[in-house]
Amino acid sequence: MNPRVTQILGLLQGDREADRAVPPTGFTARLTVFTAAAMAFLAVFALALSVATGRLADRWSAELARTATLRISAPAGEGEAQVRAALQVLETTPGVASARALTPEEQAVLLEPWFGPDLPLETLPIPRLIEVTADADGYDATGLRARLQAEVPAAVLDDHTRWRAPLVDAANRLRTLGWIALLLIGGAVAAMITLAAQSALSANAQVIRVMRLVGARDAYIARAFVRRFTLRAGLGALVGTILGLLAVAALPNGDDGGFLTGLGFSGAGWFLPLFIPPLAAVVAFLATRAAALRTLRTQA
Amino acid sequence: MIELENVAYSYGGDSLFAGLSLQLAPGSFQFLTGPSGAGKTTLLKLCYGDLLATSGRVTLFGKDAAGLTRDDVALVRRRIGVVHQDCQFLDHLPLSENVALPLQVSGRSKEAQDNLGDLLGWVGLSRQAAQTPPQLSGGERQRAALARAVITSPDVIVADEPTGNVDWDMSQRLLTLLIELNRMGKTVLIATHDLNLIRFAKSQVVANVLRIRGGQLETGVTL
Repeated sequence: MNPRVTQILGLLQGDREADRAVPPTGFTARLTVFTAAAMAFLAVFALALSVATGRLADRWSAELARTATLRISAPAGEGEAQVRAALQVLETTPGVASARALTPEEQAVLLEPWFGPDLPLETLPIPRLIEVTADADGYDATGLRARLQAEVPAAVLDDHTRWRAPLVDAANRLRTLGWIALLLIGGAVAAMITLAAQSALSANAQVIRVMRLVGARDAYIARAFVRRFTLRAGLGALVGTILGLLAVAALPNGDDGGFLTGLGFSGAGWFLPLFIPPLAAVVAFLATRAAALRTLRTQA
Repeated sequence: MIELENVAYSYGGDSLFAGLSLQLAPGSFQFLTGPSGAGKTTLLKLCYGDLLATSGRVTLFGKDAAGLTRDDVALVRRRIGVVHQDCQFLDHLPLSENVALPLQVSGRSKEAQDNLGDLLGWVGLSRQAAQTPPQLSGGERQRAALARAVITSPDVIVADEPTGNVDWDMSQRLLTLLIELNRMGKTVLIATHDLNLIRFAKSQVVANVLRIRGGQLETGVTL
């Protein structure tokens, strides 16, 4: 068997006698488990944020790139004619998969969040909107604008370029922030475990002295501390991850299948947080081992 | 086995001793005596690699102590049983586990199952096996420390004031155990103030007496 695998299995299996050589420290143990759980709980949310914003950026990027809105601000009585003319132009434009004029009811629904449900649209000079969907190849926006200017002067084509880029950029930055938060949480776990391990090593100076007196190597002494803190961090992270997943699952689902997306995971993404406990254990293993060997070196 | 050549040791700028030479021959029995603060404990620590000499050369089982890594020192300690005056136990563990500790740290735990009962019987602590060190008397702790020092069957036994906290009867009993070990071929080095103890030992075994005084080591001291 690979020596590294053997070492990990040995760590999990443990050395009962080496473990017993270090006296139990109930308060420190509970504190380590609690902190690891809290960090894992936060890590689940940071991961959810990263995944959700990534999904959001992809969705906005893909969907907004394929849609556009044609706005027609015509004087009263000319609106319908302009809409028909615009639809005719769009239907004959290569790269336009579909074009559909929004009904007054649909426009009322769009305005409802701002003006309430009882808005008398028919009394207001509301522009007519046409939803344009491009096919996979897309259309020539510059050429379409030139044709519209000639044939439907009241029409303005908005292909969302102006606000799509900052939105996608914002989503991407949020995703980056999520990953940075995850890294910071990992660093905080490592720092916390290091401090706890150093504290335990200092508190057990007499144990270390006795073990050295009887011929214990540094690796043997370190193992008792490393295993203890690795298991505590792993256990705490497992509890925190489960609680975090339950909390994320309990969040309201903001995914309307279109523009918005919920903070939660989707599909196989729900399995991602399951990597947090083993990662926390690995971080704890490395941090405790480094702290133990460093402390033992200075106590030589 | 253990050899000190022209060794000096300074602590905080003050020289404790200098030009000190000593050879522990296999199977020898040696006492180290001298006034308090003369450097007896320091000399013993040099002998089991707990301290490094300021100058000179300390050879432990053929290896220069100055060149030993911490792992090497650990391996050397497995060949030297140490009995401290203050015993130094793991207070949260029962006596049996404390005595078996040298076997555990060297990966020989199974040997403890075979030897521990006999060893505790030899030092008269069979009934105290489950007790923790704070529950033991001074004499019991000293005997336990001796049992721990010999459980790996080391080549050398170094004892620092092993009878410092016990009465005369217990001192004789402990010394008898050390003499028994010497008869089994173990090299024994004992630091003590107790001249009566040395006289008692010399009546039973060929023992060399060393005295450290004024930074110098005298050998073949007669009492």
